[in-house]
Amino acid sequence: MSEQHRSDLEQRVTALLEAHDPATTGRAEFLRARWDAGLAWVHFPEGLGGLGLPRDLQAHVDDLLAAAGAPDNAPERNGIGLGMAAPTILAHGTPEQHERFLRPLWLGEEIWCQLFSEPGAGSDLAAVATRAVRDEPSDEWVVNGQKVWTSSAHLADFAILVARTDPDVPKHGGLSYFLLGMREPGVEVRPLRQLTGEAEFNEVFLTDVRVPDAQRLGAVGEGWRIANTTLNSERVSIGGQAVPREAGMVGKVAAAWRAAPERRTHGAHRRLLDLWVQAEAARITGSRVRQQLAVGAPGPEGSATKLVFARLAQELSALEVELLEEDGLRYDDWTLTRPEKVDFTGRDAGYRYLRAKGNSIEGGTSEILRNIIAERVLGLPGEPRVDKDVAWKDLPR
Amino acid sequence: MTAQPIPAAPDLDLLPSDVETDLRRSVRAVLAKTCPTEALVALADGTDEVSGPAWSALAHDLGLAALLVPEEHGGAGAGPREAAVVAEECGRACAPVPFLTSAVLATSLLVRLGAAEPLARLGEGTTAALVVPAGTGSAGAWARRAGVEVSGGRLVGEVRGVVGLPADLLLVPVDGPDGAALHLVPADADGVTVSTHTSLDATRSVSDVRLDLEAGTPLATGDQVTAALDHALATAAGVLAAEQAGLAAWCLEQTVAHLSERRQFGRVVGGFQALKHRLADLYAEVGQASAVAAHAAAALAGETDVPVSVAVAQAFCSEVAVHAAEEAVQLHGGLGMTWESPVHLRLKRAKADHVLLGSPDAHRDNLARLVDLPAPTPEAG
Repeated sequence: MSEQHRSDLEQRVTALLEAHDPATTGRAEFLRARWDAGLAWVHFPEGLGGLGLPRDLQAHVDDLLAAAGAPDNAPERNGIGLGMAAPTILAHGTPEQHERFLRPLWLGEEIWCQLFSEPGAGSDLAAVATRAVRDEPSDEWVVNGQKVWTSSAHLADFAILVARTDPDVPKHGGLSYFLLGMREPGVEVRPLRQLTGEAEFNEVFLTDVRVPDAQRLGAVGEGWRIANTTLNSERVSIGGQAVPREAGMVGKVAAAWRAAPERRTHGAHRRLLDLWVQAEAARITGSRVRQQLAVGAPGPEGSATKLVFARLAQELSALEVELLEEDGLRYDDWTLTRPEKVDFTGRDAGYRYLRAKGNSIEGGTSEILRNIIAERVLGLPGEPRVDKDVAWKDLPR
Repeated sequence: MTAQPIPAAPDLDLLPSDVETDLRRSVRAVLAKTCPTEALVALADGTDEVSGPAWSALAHDLGLAALLVPEEHGGAGAGPREAAVVAEECGRACAPVPFLTSAVLATSLLVRLGAAEPLARLGEGTTAALVVPAGTGSAGAWARRAGVEVSGGRLVGEVRGVVGLPADLLLVPVDGPDGAALHLVPADADGVTVSTHTSLDATRSVSDVRLDLEAGTPLATGDQVTAALDHALATAAGVLAAEQAGLAAWCLEQTVAHLSERRQFGRVVGGFQALKHRLADLYAEVGQASAVAAHAAAALAGETDVPVSVAVAQAFCSEVAVHAAEEAVQLHGGLGMTWESPVHLRLKRAKADHVLLGSPDAHRDNLARLVDLPAPTPEAG
């Protein structure tokens, strides 16, 4: 079956390349033709850039197109859009919303960001306080509140937003999910500087921002369930990529070890080998998770991938600073910059050490991930929930 | 910087085949029936009503003694992937059987040396043991500790800490001035003395072997013996990783089950976050151990990347098994310290497995060489 799919796909790719030679076709035109051919994301439905095929076949298409010198849709510029907004819109959107949003999102014509976390709602995301109030005459929602840790907000055209539409019910039931225009009046974006010196993220202040009801995703009150679609996509997208041996942080540390024999100590050697083994174990586990996904049988160990990744990134980057001795005392640049692309293994050792601290926070803290594994995978009892049956407006804040 | 790149990772199939899944089901059912906790605990009190029936069920009913024996010698002609499945189940059940020592380690050695006649006997149910000290992970490690020599036409010496006895046939490697040689000695021959100790892990015996008998003609000599020893020890070490992964998985499951029942302070104690987080971390380790063991078995089956894959698997799975067993003892509370509990059996087996085919430290030392991460040199220190 899979072989049939592959040869069918190869024919479609060949047809696309014949009709739109990348050497003579403009980038935008080629990408639109690729969308129309269903080769944008083959696991999406026909008519929405896909062919309804298994997800793992996409890599084959990407490889063939890259080999032919075709332009891509610069996926690194729209990670939130492609990785989180798109699967959520596909799963919960109306046909009109599919039609309106998915194509420009994939083409990179519209960049997306995520308005979930708030100063008072981090791990407890269901506690969000940003309010959306319906304005019946205009059939719009009026949004007020503050969001935080929003990457790409200053570049984004749209946001996926979770806001409170009913404060009179317990917190999970009073949320709704919106697709908010970031260029609308009342949206203010301020850079949020982090401990590395740069500002990957933003604070977003929303003051009487209007969202048409047609840009509500799913039913009123369904926001929590829909947000979970988004968050599950995020956990897959972090730490799930195929990697060769010694790729990533462990490669940096190994290179530092090899480069400076005079700095080697026995204690560091023991730690290095231990971490090297653990990094290799994580790599192998990631390979198996991908193989399971490819045959449609995701194993439960995927849920631990990010937990392990964060710990290793932190321990390895810490060791690297020590291995570099006097060079480990330096830092490349504290200037406030706004990087468009984050590379955990980029820049210098000091940056990597500091940036890795975020790995156990972003996309679900390691503490919350342990709760999730313990409760959803191991079946252990949930945390006591003092706020479960209390109307959101009556919760202590 | 390094002159040559480190060995690239092979792309291996890490998912079980249908045959492997069926095999796992059969072995699990047989061991559940033949290895009850009470019988395993009684081993340390000197009562063995379990190892005979368990091995008979595995070896004869399921034909697993000859799993790795080639078909032309009357065996099943299977490979390391299937052996790893059986070992994983042996680890879960803490089965007191010579599967690893005879059906994997000794058999792999004989297969590599093409020893038709002894292999045919193994296929019929004869057991064999390699006479090297526990902790031997490679031919090089063995050569540093070889205790037997050929002197005046006689095989003479003592090897301490041999696992896998009693067995019918002893495979005795000898390091002499003309290089290595492998002698086959019936365990019941005159001049063979086996003294079996009380072992930390009562499900796997530890013995000293004293030899003083006519040497006869060795089965093989020279470099092919050292190469075959390396191959057999690597195979066994990779398969042992699966045993360790199985043992760790059992510890996690039993501990989760216990903490889901046990109540204190009016709550199911598995709901306390201090315990949940420990179990979540252990869950991550156990899942990785299973993947790493599968990777080692696939590498052995494909004869690719064997040294790195096996060293990683031993360094990782040894630690996970011991950690899982230690967590199981602690999180079972007072119960975990009792003689009746099945938990301490796993602790003892995990700790013995830790040493069995080279410690994690020894395997990490190997890796340091294999992936160009050398230790500090004395003058640099």
